[in-house]
Amino acid sequence: MDLETVLGRHPRRPESLLQVLRDIHEVHNHIPPGMAEQVAEALNVPLARVRGVIGFYSFLSETPQGEYRLLFSDNITDRMLGNQDLMQALCGKLWLEQGKVSEDGLVSVDATSCTGMCDQGPALLANGRAITRLNHQRINEIAELVRNHVPVAEWPAEFFQVDDNIRLSGILLDCTHMAGQALEAALDRGKDGVISELNQSGLRGRGGAGFPTGRKWAACKDAQSDERYVVCNADEGEPGTFKDRVLLTRHADLLFEGMTVCGLAVGAKQGFLYLRGEYRYLLEPLEEILAKRRAAGLLGNCIRGHDGFDFDIAIHLGAGAYVCGEESALIESLEGKRGIPRNRPPFPVTHGYLQKPTVVNNVETFCAAALVTLRGGDWYKGLGTAQSAGTKLLSVSGDCARPGIYEYPFGVTVRQVLEDCGAAGTLAVQVGGPSGICIGSHEFDRKLAFEDLATAGAFMIFDDTRDMFEVAHNFTDFFAHESCGFCTPCRVGTSMLKSIMTKVAEGHGTRHELNEVECLDKVLQQSAHCGLGHTACNPTLDMLKRFRPAFERRLKSLDFEPAFDLDGALAPARAMTGRDDARAHLHNETS
Amino acid sequence: MSDTFDLDGTPVPFEPGQTVLQAALTAGRYIPHLCYHPEFKPHGSCKVCTVKVGGRTAASCTYPAQAGLVIESETEEINALRRTLVQMLFAEGNHFCPSCEKSGNCLLQALGYDLGVTTAGFRHMFPDRPVDASHPDLWIDFNRCILCELCVRASCEVDGKCVFALSGRGITKHLVVNSESGRLGDTDFSPDDKAAHVCPVGAILPKRVGFAVPIGARRFDPSPISAQALVDAPRPLTTSVKPCTSCEGGE
Repeated sequence: MDLETVLGRHPRRPESLLQVLRDIHEVHNHIPPGMAEQVAEALNVPLARVRGVIGFYSFLSETPQGEYRLLFSDNITDRMLGNQDLMQALCGKLWLEQGKVSEDGLVSVDATSCTGMCDQGPALLANGRAITRLNHQRINEIAELVRNHVPVAEWPAEFFQVDDNIRLSGILLDCTHMAGQALEAALDRGKDGVISELNQSGLRGRGGAGFPTGRKWAACKDAQSDERYVVCNADEGEPGTFKDRVLLTRHADLLFEGMTVCGLAVGAKQGFLYLRGEYRYLLEPLEEILAKRRAAGLLGNCIRGHDGFDFDIAIHLGAGAYVCGEESALIESLEGKRGIPRNRPPFPVTHGYLQKPTVVNNVETFCAAALVTLRGGDWYKGLGTAQSAGTKLLSVSGDCARPGIYEYPFGVTVRQVLEDCGAAGTLAVQVGGPSGICIGSHEFDRKLAFEDLATAGAFMIFDDTRDMFEVAHNFTDFFAHESCGFCTPCRVGTSMLKSIMTKVAEGHGTRHELNEVECLDKVLQQSAHCGLGHTACNPTLDMLKRFRPAFERRLKSLDFEPAFDLDGALAPARAMTGRDDARAHLHNETS
Repeated sequence: MSDTFDLDGTPVPFEPGQTVLQAALTAGRYIPHLCYHPEFKPHGSCKVCTVKVGGRTAASCTYPAQAGLVIESETEEINALRRTLVQMLFAEGNHFCPSCEKSGNCLLQALGYDLGVTTAGFRHMFPDRPVDASHPDLWIDFNRCILCELCVRASCEVDGKCVFALSGRGITKHLVVNSESGRLGDTDFSPDDKAAHVCPVGAILPKRVGFAVPIGARRFDPSPISAQALVDAPRPLTTSVKPCTSCEGGE
């Protein structure tokens, strides 16, 4: 496929940059030489900016990544299911080093941030397609398919099977909404009626921050502007979260209806669904639903015959950047740029996409808003707690018998969830993912609600065989990998935290490292630019607060130990000579 | 100018639209800062200008001035934070002050002295960053780049050339040059460009100039940076504006 075909799919303006690059990447598995220059010219952006965008997103690259690019999901839940062993095994079978393309240019194997398959891991992405339930047998088959040059599209269908794993459903997951129903209700209620029902319902944003949805919509509607936008944040990047994947699979009509209702209420004509790159496989089914809705007169011009009610939805794909889940970074990414969080104020409700008033809501929020429109605010408010109306979807994974999706009214205790999912001997629960909070067993009577444990839905369970240091180490690596690099404290601080945790993990930690962690945590909390930086210290903070022995037992009782590892420095020499026997190592007192 | 806010116990007047840092500098009151430049819109990436506003920390360069704000800046707690941030920047790049042409004129060095940065603080990362000397009149030493984006902004917003941009992310974030080869010599960068004169450290320097002004007679030699607030007070751009139409400069 040539560049003109790709360019023809998107409007020729700078905002299309990321989508164009994604399309090129999908064909070639990298941006071939000369292509960046042509894209720069076609979209009228400086070449350096094109390179800047390629360099920002994990899934894009200017260097070849092999005909097969295999990326192992590296959330802590994947690790607990043995992904490290499996990756090693695959590298061995393909004669590869992790992170390097094979010499014949055929294949590369590397790790990537959580792909949202924690309830059916370990998982990987094969040229962007999600593969679940990896085991040694499946790894053998994959190695064979790669060696035989079988295209990923022809790999066995069961590799790509993604289950919904709904274990407990409530008003949202049980909803048997017919396309157009909520829209009819919205047209009956009118703009103000929809917003007042939302206010009455007490619905708050499901992305974690919990901003009242009705107030957000009203602020956007009242902002002075000739254009407005509706954006659905389906960049579900928080490790351990996968409930949006299930909503997008089963309730996309309800979601699109919620977005359309929002378009009606705030006066927007264009909506965007920002779909995380890891859910690329959902693109075609979602486009199909959009096409059906257009055909049924539920999207497009004069919706349901109402003059002036024009609204349509376009899907934008992400390309591997967790920070784009932050709403202003997501808007930057929608505009085709590097996903750097903006300075706020002004907020997106007044200055969002293209500096126009924009509502950004989570997938679950739009679905809930459609329900509220359909059945009324009072009905919705009847569920949940005083400050947290309605229900919440939890993505349960880790050490339990029944991982999957659970829908509870707000206010459910951690203990109840643990009981329902068949968790035994639980040591800790990570509520809300790495940016959330890690609680110990004495806190299991705490409630999941904005009043107590606010959460976007991740619920990762660790039993008493787990080492909480490993958990914090994995999360610290994650934040260092996902920091956008805009501000000093997060760019440098997350990287320093990562190297300190590695030093401790390798047995060279001392009290000095403990002090450094505490110092860095404080700097991040006080001065980071956005939520990612503020929460990047949570894993180490929580660990030191609740599981301090897990950290301290790894420390040497010295005041200081240099991080320089004499034996480690010989690793390149060992690699070059192909040796790894005892005599190729310096004497190590600890072994 | 009727409204004021309180900075460390004394009132500071401000004009509508000014940020806390801009108002403070206009009034001759110093708040440590690094990525801010008096001729550009602040963007708030270095975070050295962090202050406490009503008990919560915020970057003063982007925080809108409002009547009645109570701001703490010169406290040991906040200066300790700034010291750490400066140490982080030193640890992130390769900064060898004794042999650097910018020594004495360098904002990073001056801040280090002024804040009392006496130790490395962190293990230095010693990144591998090659020098670009391909341009006939100017050269880039990426080792010294602190990613303030002033050259990016100046080149796009003033020079209309967009010679620079940023790539990578997190700790791998780096400055890139707008040419197919990625080399400065293949761009239309010129010594007259605004972008050639805004680097706060010694990353972008003219060639064939070495210690023309002797050490001891440079900007921060006679008085510390904290005594030079007015030099950084906001002022209109000194160069004609011909912004690039296709992009909006830095992040």
